[in-house]
Amino acid sequence: MNGSKVSMGRRGGRGERAMVPDASFSSYYGRPVIKEPSWQEPDIAGYLYLGGLAGASSAIALGAQLTRRPALERASKIGALAAIGAGMVGLLHDLGRPARFVNMLRVFKPTSPMNMGSWLLSAYGPAAGVSALTAATGRFRRIGGVATAGAAALGPLVASYTAALICDTAVPSWHEGFREMPFVFVGSAATAAGGLGMVAAPTHEAGPARRAALLGGALEVGAARLMERRMGDLIGKPYREGGSGQKMRIGEALTAVGAVCGATLGRRSRVAAVVSGAALLTSSALTRVAIFEAGVASAREPAHTVVPQRERLGARQ
Amino acid sequence: MATNQPPRMGFFTDTSVCIGCKACEVACKEWNQVPEDGLNFTGMSYDNTQGLSADSWRHVAFIEQTKLSMHPGSTHPESTEGTRPDELRWLMSSDVCKHCTHAACLDVCPTGALFRTEFGTVVVQDDVCNGCGYCIPACPYGVIDIRPDDGRAWKCTMCYDRLQVGMEPACAKACPTDSIQFGDLDELRERADTRLATLHDAGVSDARLYGHDPADGVGGDGAFFLLLDEPEVYGLPPDPVVTTRDLPAMWRCVCAAAATLAVGIAAVFGGRHR
Repeated sequence: MNGSKVSMGRRGGRGERAMVPDASFSSYYGRPVIKEPSWQEPDIAGYLYLGGLAGASSAIALGAQLTRRPALERASKIGALAAIGAGMVGLLHDLGRPARFVNMLRVFKPTSPMNMGSWLLSAYGPAAGVSALTAATGRFRRIGGVATAGAAALGPLVASYTAALICDTAVPSWHEGFREMPFVFVGSAATAAGGLGMVAAPTHEAGPARRAALLGGALEVGAARLMERRMGDLIGKPYREGGSGQKMRIGEALTAVGAVCGATLGRRSRVAAVVSGAALLTSSALTRVAIFEAGVASAREPAHTVVPQRERLGARQ
Repeated sequence: MATNQPPRMGFFTDTSVCIGCKACEVACKEWNQVPEDGLNFTGMSYDNTQGLSADSWRHVAFIEQTKLSMHPGSTHPESTEGTRPDELRWLMSSDVCKHCTHAACLDVCPTGALFRTEFGTVVVQDDVCNGCGYCIPACPYGVIDIRPDDGRAWKCTMCYDRLQVGMEPACAKACPTDSIQFGDLDELRERADTRLATLHDAGVSDARLYGHDPADGVGGDGAFFLLLDEPEVYGLPPDPVVTTRDLPAMWRCVCAAAATLAVGIAAVFGGRHR
């Protein structure tokens, strides 16, 4: 009913004064206060994933080149180009006016993560492209080396800036995670890029990919858990419940299984390496989709906007 | 130059005199040629508009409440003029873009399509907007939205074209009770303080101002309100904060995470492992 108060579960619970009544909130016919993103899930959740895969792959590609692991180098370079290419197609497709994409570059605006990301991609994309094409053709190796170094330097930023992109919104389950989200994203990026290396490179070259997946997986899962806990019962709920919560948990389990099996069985068995790598590529995608959907669910829920703001006002008085 | 700068203009929407006629909604649609966006029956009192959107730049909320102590000034409980239980109170309020001092939509817009006008209002340039949609989840009030068949973001312009020729916005012009007041923001704030004091003196203790405080999380609204209940009852956030307030901290976390990834990848290539 309009104007009626709905009782909500308490947030956190620890250390709250007993005299504070149970959090209840009013809404306008239960309607959301903020608008949910107009972004399409395949485009934008897909880009969050592919940008991470590309960025971390570029870093692995440089390592592979410097330590003479040609198969891992080639796979990471080509994988990075394919991923960023597909991701950018998604970005373009998501625009209401795709022909106006270049308007992104008519200003330089640090207050807009999307603007900064556009500049970043306009430098990273060509670098990843030249790096991959020179590796594939074996020509212009010196230019390829410079491009590889450039892509490796920018890649980690490509993998992490997307966290600011979604957190710099009024969506509670995104915004409140801004401290941990970049670490979830780079962890997930390393998981995916490690998985790609395990799938594409022979076991004797894929050692760094296996270790990247292991470290990345630990960071991804650990940072996500911390993020959920710091958000509390209410805002953290979409990461635990509903479709987004389910994907989060499955992604977490797949990450753990893929990273551990890859680092053990995948050292000797090519089949185990491919299966583990595929699991990691899938788990990273699931995590990004889960995070995207958690934000949409949070935007739809008026309590997510009203209750924390009420508590903030109450604490101030 | 400074003398040529017009004062910051705004809306003061005094909901205590709103009669829910929706003349503001109609005037806005007519003047700005805002397309029709569905003729639905919602059952939400007399509100079929439902909320602000790309195609509704004014939205009159209707709230039917059953509350005690409706009649201000009455001291006799048995008086027929006074307090009666189960009496209907009908709240009406015309919502609009807040034209925030610190506007998240403007901050996050990657193309510069959203800009601050000489009147201190926030306007989308429809010939620049590429429909990226970033402003939509950034707005703490849920105002701006994408027009689906058009692909671009739209919202109230505070009738920028009318302001430029010295006219008042269409909604304020059409409002028959002066619930929507347009003018110099400083003057409107003074007027609102006076109106609030008058209502409090008359015993309307529920009356409160919303969005008038330059110290709030959005630096104060260019369009602010006098409400008769808590903001969330009207679908407004009780304590909105511009999301970009935390952006410097976000960039620091992003850089720390990127460095972690770079160092981590370097580390997995180091050592004696093969």
